Amino acid sequence: MAKYPEDWRPTASLEMLRLRAGFLSKTRSFFAEREVLEVETPMLCSAGVTDPHLQNPSLRLEVPGLGEKDFYLQTSPEYAMKRLLAAGAPSIYQICHAFREGERGRIHNPEFTILEWYRLGWDDLGLMEEVEDLIRLLLGIPRIQRKSYREIWIETTGVDPHLSDLESLAALVPELGLPNLAPKHRNDYFDLIMSHHIEPQLRDLEAVFITDYPASQAALARIRPTDPPVAARFELFLKGLEIANGYHELLDTGEHLRRFEADLHDRRVEGDSSPEIDRRFIAALAEGLPECAGVALGFDRLLMVASAANSIDGVLSFPIDRA
Amino acid sequence: MATYNMNQVKVGLRILVDGEPCVITDTDFVKPGKGQAFTKIKYRNYRTDRINEMTLKSSDSVEGANVVEHEMQYLYSDGDMWYFMDQETFEQIGAGTDVVGDNAQWLKEEDLCMITLDNGNPIVVVPPNFVVLQIVETDPGVRGDTSGGGSKPAVLETGATVRVPLFVQEGEKIKVDTRTGEYVSRA
Repeated sequence: MAKYPEDWRPTASLEMLRLRAGFLSKTRSFFAEREVLEVETPMLCSAGVTDPHLQNPSLRLEVPGLGEKDFYLQTSPEYAMKRLLAAGAPSIYQICHAFREGERGRIHNPEFTILEWYRLGWDDLGLMEEVEDLIRLLLGIPRIQRKSYREIWIETTGVDPHLSDLESLAALVPELGLPNLAPKHRNDYFDLIMSHHIEPQLRDLEAVFITDYPASQAALARIRPTDPPVAARFELFLKGLEIANGYHELLDTGEHLRRFEADLHDRRVEGDSSPEIDRRFIAALAEGLPECAGVALGFDRLLMVASAANSIDGVLSFPIDRA
Repeated sequence: MATYNMNQVKVGLRILVDGEPCVITDTDFVKPGKGQAFTKIKYRNYRTDRINEMTLKSSDSVEGANVVEHEMQYLYSDGDMWYFMDQETFEQIGAGTDVVGDNAQWLKEEDLCMITLDNGNPIVVVPPNFVVLQIVETDPGVRGDTSGGGSKPAVLETGATVRVPLFVQEGEKIKVDTRTGEYVSRA
């Protein structure tokens, strides 16, 4: 008799499936009460993202009428949801799968669940309040602390990131006992120090929002014209786990194009692929994205925190190794 | 030798670090949502048995090591070298003092040992977890105390010294745990 593989069983317990179902249903009620509209957008799109450190999986499809064409599994539903907003949708949310090539580990699976939502007329500060309401509803935790990116750096490294140039960051790395990987960009130092030195210390905090990221790490957040200017971007960390990333959204089409071109330049320098800029997204921006704030939240990691799971495998029915 | 990229590294992979053969014991993928990916690797040096850690970028690679572990029979020692035989090919190899180290005291002719080979050269010799060795020298036990709590040193046929209960006598064979160097039982 043929020998069947042993790894057909799920890695999540039945109890975990129930916890996930409960979180999904509470989340949908939360948004229904607040009259935020649930939407669905395609996971397979004709373009992906330009972010230097995100990789869309792609596949070639035969589509009657379109012929053979490359499609990109979305790293988040951001562009499609913003196209809905530009087309006149009210505040919207979506719970969907997202895909990121090359990401697998204790807290990463190449396919994962995102909760993403947009609030018309809101800014990042207002949206943080709503993220807090949802997290407190789901996890039953007390209020969430707020610390600026600058504050957390000064507390943990003694250094003001906004005033640090490439040389001073390079000098800080060995002082913190971190490996010198000879990064080329300030951002690479920010990533290294944040992920290897600061995030491990956030494990002692139940819940914290890190706000006001360096302008160079704005992604698609607008820049607050303070001194120094900072990104209107926040991240939520629960027990040191990066859970959510939110912006007071950038609206300006020209600035979008400048950031995308800068991404493509960084990719060329690294010898990575140069994906096409999503023309339909740019067209939607040109039509006019309304004033809004948006946030993406890693739903699987939220379940990890709720259940004290040590690995994302514990909250997924079938992680990639068993998919 | 093969090189491995960050998507290929996994627990159990044998790699060279600064020219030293090592085995990966743990990996961790670290990546801020919008940021650069890093792979943290914990690895054990075969020779020193020490575990160290390193962090690599996703574009980095590591060099593979041609390391195999092989069960071989201990034959004899001429004082400088310890000789082992592959039981299938009858091929013999010799390992020096630097490789055998303190484990020499547990090596008994015909016992099967685990030999780690780097490009065919022995770098680690591990004796069986339990060996049976004869006591060649120990004080006679105190009369009347045949099973009490006391213990005494005993020199074994391989030169090792272990603590044994007072009732165990010279000439007897005993079972020893080579990982702890402790007496287990009479054999």
